[in-house]
Amino acid sequence: MLEHYIPILIFIVIGLGLGCVLFLLGYVLGPNRPDSEKNSPYECGFEAFEDARMKFDVRYYLIAILFIIFDLEIAFFFPWAVVIREIGMTGFWAMMIFLGVLTIGFVYEWRKGALEWE
Amino acid sequence: MFGFLRDNVWSPLAGAVLSQPYDGYAVYLLDVLIKIIVVVACVLFTFAYTTYAERKVSAWIQLRIGPNRVGVFGFRMFGLAQPVADGIKAIFKEIIIPTRASKLLFVLAPILALGPAFAAWAVIPFNDVMVLADINAGLLYIIAMTSLAVYGIIIAGWASNSKYAFLGSLRSAAQIVSYEISMGFALVCVLVAAGSLNLGDIVNAQSGKYGFLNWYWLPLLPMFYVYFVSGLAETNRLPFDVVEGESEIVAGFHVEYSGIAFATFFIAEYTNMILISILTSILFLGGWLSPFQGIPVVGAPSIFWLLGKTALFLFLFLWIRWTFPRYRYDQIMRLGWKVFLPITIVWVVVTSVMVVAKVPPWFS
Repeated sequence: MLEHYIPILIFIVIGLGLGCVLFLLGYVLGPNRPDSEKNSPYECGFEAFEDARMKFDVRYYLIAILFIIFDLEIAFFFPWAVVIREIGMTGFWAMMIFLGVLTIGFVYEWRKGALEWE
Repeated sequence: MFGFLRDNVWSPLAGAVLSQPYDGYAVYLLDVLIKIIVVVACVLFTFAYTTYAERKVSAWIQLRIGPNRVGVFGFRMFGLAQPVADGIKAIFKEIIIPTRASKLLFVLAPILALGPAFAAWAVIPFNDVMVLADINAGLLYIIAMTSLAVYGIIIAGWASNSKYAFLGSLRSAAQIVSYEISMGFALVCVLVAAGSLNLGDIVNAQSGKYGFLNWYWLPLLPMFYVYFVSGLAETNRLPFDVVEGESEIVAGFHVEYSGIAFATFFIAEYTNMILISILTSILFLGGWLSPFQGIPVVGAPSIFWLLGKTALFLFLFLWIRWTFPRYRYDQIMRLGWKVFLPITIVWVVVTSVMVVAKVPPWFS
């Protein structure tokens, strides 16, 4: 059973290896003439005037948190979806209640304005 | 089961040359290795000619000619050698690593973007038997791998230590994450309909006497649409490319990358595009099944049907690019959270009701 995953392991290694090989090729074959102007961060020709790692909008965090909730929900749906034909009406209604609860949460965050980008 | 680790893995290479006896595991590994290299080579070839097709289609839509100069030995051949020339050029360019960048992460980011984009191909079935890893959790693996794409972009934006790259990667992360939800729900619908996570089983579940009417695009029509449009957003293609919107943040997360490091991001993006196209074909358009099932000659399932459908979606990517203007960022977020998410939640319910009620001809 687990043996079926060996090709996947090899494939992942080859995928990452391909990236490394390309990078090495470029590193070896390309020129390397560093220059203080060339190696400074690009800011439309101006000198970079402050650190790029600045504060950013809290809404990005909000989106990430909402994503975790819904992605977990999807993860719960996967096993249910595979066996829906075997678990009968009880299983069907159990999941509908679960979905209902999450829909209430979704409506709440919508009404609270968590999804607004103005 | 890990006995092969104790054996000498490389003996078959010598064994094949010297025709000495070798053990089963090693032969199996060599077989897998060759298949992987064939798949990777085919994907790279498709990538190269997708870039060529993109330039040609763009040119035709704008009444230009497109690349037509680069040929072989003086024969122009409609510029068919253009991707090769582009590749050679990229390799011979300098890789600039900015002074203030986090060096290790900066180098790691393109590799992290490329690896998963290729690794996802391990479970793609090309026809009934042509599949590298026939695992039961195929779809789950696909979700896992396509989700990893965001790491390359975030790390690139952070490591660059440049304002444009930083803003681009933030936008990209929020956008990819938003559309991943609707994508996930669309996949749940397919799962409910097919009752299996194995991609081969999903295709076989779509076969039936009505040909293309048996495919899941019909009962899951909104999901088919949501999945493909979310695919556009996931791969940062137009009309959802605010991530690298030239007029606002120059090139977004890869503004500091040059030469082959930039090309690696480019390969990853196009590989993801091809992946989304082939997945849409497999999940909604019956994969390798013929649209005329039951009719002699044209009714036989074949890999060419799958490749044809994939090419169709790839063309759609290019067509959409030159047809729709770019969305504003708030519009992208509204579409993802307030339009697609409710639609997918409703359709999960509709699909499961259809399955429980055994609606013919799909779920009987």
